[in-house]
Amino acid sequence: MESLAGKRVVVAMSGGVDSSVTAALLKEQGAEVIGLTMQIWDYRNFSAPDGQHFGTCCSLDDVYDARRVAEQLGIPFYVVNFEEEFARQVIDAFCDDYFAGRTPNPCVLCNQKLKFELLLRRAVELEADFLATGHYAQVVHEGERYALRKGVDDSKDQSYFLFTLTQQQMAMVRFPLGGMTKEEVRAHAARFSLRVAEKAESQDICFVPDGDYVRFLEEQRGAGTMDGEIVHVDGRLLARHHGTYRYTIGQRRGLGIAWPEPLFVVGIDAAGKRVIVGEKQHLSVAEFLVDQVNWLIPPPTGPFDADCRIRYRHKEVPSQIRKVDVDTVRVVLREPQAGVTPGQAAVFYRGDEVIGGGWIDVGAHGLRPGRTSSAPAQS
Amino acid sequence: MKRIYLDYNATTPVRPEVLEALLPYYRDQFGNPSSVHWAGRQVSGAVEKAREQVAALLNCSPAEIVFLSCGTEADNMSLKGTVDALGEKGNHIITTAVEHPAVLETCRYLEKTGCKVTYLPVDSDGRLDLADLEKAITAQTVLISVMWANNETGNIYPIEQIGAIAKARGIRFHTDAVQAVGKLEIDVQKANIDLLALSGHKLGAPKGVGVLYVRRGTRLTPFMHGGHQERNRRAGTHNVAGIVGLGKACELAMAERESTCARVKELRDRLEQGIFARIPQVKLNGHPGERLPNTLNVSFAWIEGESLLLNLDMKGIAASSGSACTSGSLEPSHVLGAMCVEVTLAHSSTRFSLGPDTTAEDIDYVLEVLPPIVQRLRDMSPLYNCGKVDACETCDTVKKL
Repeated sequence: MESLAGKRVVVAMSGGVDSSVTAALLKEQGAEVIGLTMQIWDYRNFSAPDGQHFGTCCSLDDVYDARRVAEQLGIPFYVVNFEEEFARQVIDAFCDDYFAGRTPNPCVLCNQKLKFELLLRRAVELEADFLATGHYAQVVHEGERYALRKGVDDSKDQSYFLFTLTQQQMAMVRFPLGGMTKEEVRAHAARFSLRVAEKAESQDICFVPDGDYVRFLEEQRGAGTMDGEIVHVDGRLLARHHGTYRYTIGQRRGLGIAWPEPLFVVGIDAAGKRVIVGEKQHLSVAEFLVDQVNWLIPPPTGPFDADCRIRYRHKEVPSQIRKVDVDTVRVVLREPQAGVTPGQAAVFYRGDEVIGGGWIDVGAHGLRPGRTSSAPAQS
Repeated sequence: MKRIYLDYNATTPVRPEVLEALLPYYRDQFGNPSSVHWAGRQVSGAVEKAREQVAALLNCSPAEIVFLSCGTEADNMSLKGTVDALGEKGNHIITTAVEHPAVLETCRYLEKTGCKVTYLPVDSDGRLDLADLEKAITAQTVLISVMWANNETGNIYPIEQIGAIAKARGIRFHTDAVQAVGKLEIDVQKANIDLLALSGHKLGAPKGVGVLYVRRGTRLTPFMHGGHQERNRRAGTHNVAGIVGLGKACELAMAERESTCARVKELRDRLEQGIFARIPQVKLNGHPGERLPNTLNVSFAWIEGESLLLNLDMKGIAASSGSACTSGSLEPSHVLGAMCVEVTLAHSSTRFSLGPDTTAEDIDYVLEVLPPIVQRLRDMSPLYNCGKVDACETCDTVKKL
């Protein structure tokens, strides 16, 4: 782990084990550590039907946990309020994506728009030398440039969420846990007697703590009349549905269709209000488009080989990348994959290094999800 | 590092005289004032003495003082207790858009239960138009609730005039005087107040004790049900030490208010003038004259108040961006919103609130440290560097400063 002794480092603290250990390790090294927590979502907005308690990455409980850890470490700690920006940059995009037939990945957006833009700016304002987070990934200084590499712990690697980083950001961002395994991090937490050492992993989408994203979308945008058809890839009409936003590529449950073989959602045509289903073999996709690509290293001009990861925890597969225009590429997978989902990120690797990434645009069966939001009419 | 506290509107240190007065009640004088025996009697006398001290400061009878846990409880009890007790008369409350959340959120709750609430608007200086108040009154109006002084801007509201209107129309009048007590002369008779909330920790008493003044004969449903404490108005064992401390703090305020406030005002003005002399494009939030002597709320155009607070804290200076009553997070101010302060200016607002321990050296240190921080943050601000000065609404607003 690179020594940041004597440097002023802002640590993005979520109240979880990883960011708490990050802060503790940097403090131990002799860095001047300042803890910042982003308040991004007012949990009073969320009404669990049974008043159930949810543990997610940035709930108010976690703010208190972060504050307690900062107190224990004796570091200054501040909560910064990004609720407005979060609603605009992340929640709105999340809803737009679903209503346009995509399955969004809000964690990437939150990293891109909040952590490594707004929070980083706060760090600069506090005259910090670095912003450190508890991500399992590594930023390595190589000659004139910075490289983003996978975290050493394969099962925890979070480089997938970080493909939007720029050279300017990487110059200031550090991931001290990138060289450790989760076990080592937990051992450090125990060694520092951090209260959060035994805390469960955060899961799900932080602003949909019960996982019921359909209800969330309807609360945000209103439930309208979005009924449409469920059709088989061969064109046969099989059933009707109550909104394409209720479906995700690869989904098998809840289709309500009697069929000799298991059926899966293989395409979503939001503009045509159609959900396309097929048998298992129809899930396989060999080629797709990726747009808004960010290159962490300058790519070759011609087609080139890279390994492509199509969702978090997906084992990247050998692919050929062909440039289509300035920030769009066509990915040709050497072996077709199930679950190529518009709205998710495709991240390109060479070995452990992230060379670029973007958003999956055209998925199975050449369906191009609508670019504009088609939110339901208020009923 | 120097530590300079300029957030007295959030809370104040317990005054040494107050601490000395209350400590015995955590030691030998441990009795429950409701007990008949010697241990209780020792203590009940102290509670009654404190009641007199508070009553003297407000110019009311000791029997009209109800001790409770905090200003928020006093506000809640006033509003909910009135609606409950006067339900047969009506269900309409008149308040202002700039109240403390203790009143505003209680009103929102009451609206859900079927009450009607009128939120009086304010002008760009934060002042009320009393004609609006007169117009808002209906046959169903059971309560007028207007704060004496605003916690964020320090604006002082014309409580005597409002009290006169309430009296003429036969409507109950409540005031949240949490920021006013100890800083302004309070006379509940002269201002015709029926209910007044105050909080101990804003005037040198400990946290966890407050007072509701209830004019004799005011029907008010209790908030806490239980024992017969406080003439059946507020159940629960007395916070004896807190009450004793609050009594002492009121006694001190009575004796020292005028001289302390004159000194504090001089320092506040020194800070205000110093800021305006050293930093361009600053806006004063609140009315220049009708304002608490200790409060200064200013917007430094182009920068986030949040960033400024963090940077000031790193230099040992404690200030605030408004109300501190959230989870430690910083929310846009509803007060500045009601005053139609342009939204980016509202986000850059910072409140300095001085107290009896503030010194001229403190102020000079702030005036030395603040301008370079503001300039550095402005240099980093995308707004400051937006470059579209002629076409941009924000720039246009700021140019007028």
